[in-house]
Amino acid sequence: MAQMPEIIRELCNGCGLCITVCSCKGLVLIDNVAVVIETVECDYCTECEAVCPTGAIRCPYEIVVEEG
Amino acid sequence: MSVDIEFLKTIPYFQGLGLAELEAIKRFVFEKSFDANEFIVEEGDPGEALYFVVSGVVKAFKTSAEGKEQILRLIRPGESFNDVPVFDGEPNVASAAAMGPVVLYGIRKSDVGIILRDHPQVAANVVKVLAGRVRHFTSLVEDLSFRNVLGRVAKLLLEYAENGTGLERPHLTQQDMAAMIGTAREMVGRSLKALEEKGAIRIDRHRIVLTDKKALRETAGELL
Repeated sequence: MAQMPEIIRELCNGCGLCITVCSCKGLVLIDNVAVVIETVECDYCTECEAVCPTGAIRCPYEIVVEEG
Repeated sequence: MSVDIEFLKTIPYFQGLGLAELEAIKRFVFEKSFDANEFIVEEGDPGEALYFVVSGVVKAFKTSAEGKEQILRLIRPGESFNDVPVFDGEPNVASAAAMGPVVLYGIRKSDVGIILRDHPQVAANVVKVLAGRVRHFTSLVEDLSFRNVLGRVAKLLLEYAENGTGLERPHLTQQDMAAMIGTAREMVGRSLKALEEKGAIRIDRHRIVLTDKKALRETAGELL
């Protein structure tokens, strides 16, 4: 499964901003909390993390050196 | 829970101690676990215990009045934190939070005093560790004063890729990187794009691949 943005449920205030910027419809609100839907369309643009006012969305990167 | 003597041996504070000394210290050690993002200590609180990371990674950070976070350092397995308030008796100088699930060993402040008194080698080790800490913060001040943001991002990527493995090297968000190098998230995003355009890195979805370390070192100002 591809890495998807991570939601810290306790920090989500249900504002829905992340959903408005997500171009792949990879996020929905369930019980007023953002939930990630795994989708191949997600290109990890990290816009959802950028607009989240409470820091509830994390798009972490692994940092590696190219082999060879 | 049982405190692992083999792990105690790997802690820089306890280097060079014999088994009997480690056994004596072990009885002062307690274990604590924290979930991801949980606060462990808060800036301004009294320093009640010295902590060592057993597994996971802890971030030590300060927060501005506007809520901006500056990460002072990441604390990996074997490393300690909360040393300063325990040693000088003043309040915590920074907050600490778990970056993922974390297990810690702790020693109460009063017991730290007993250990230092009874085991002079530990005191000598503490001096060495704290000297290393001064080096780290000197380097941080240098970065904040003399390096531009692009250079700081390049240096962070180089240090990160070469330091530790697996759980010791947590994955970082652009916000984490911004908080580590004292800038805004947007600046990190721009810098990553600029480094990609230079051919120094490649961003494969959630992976930043360092493709040209020489170019990164040049950008970081380390080859001038």
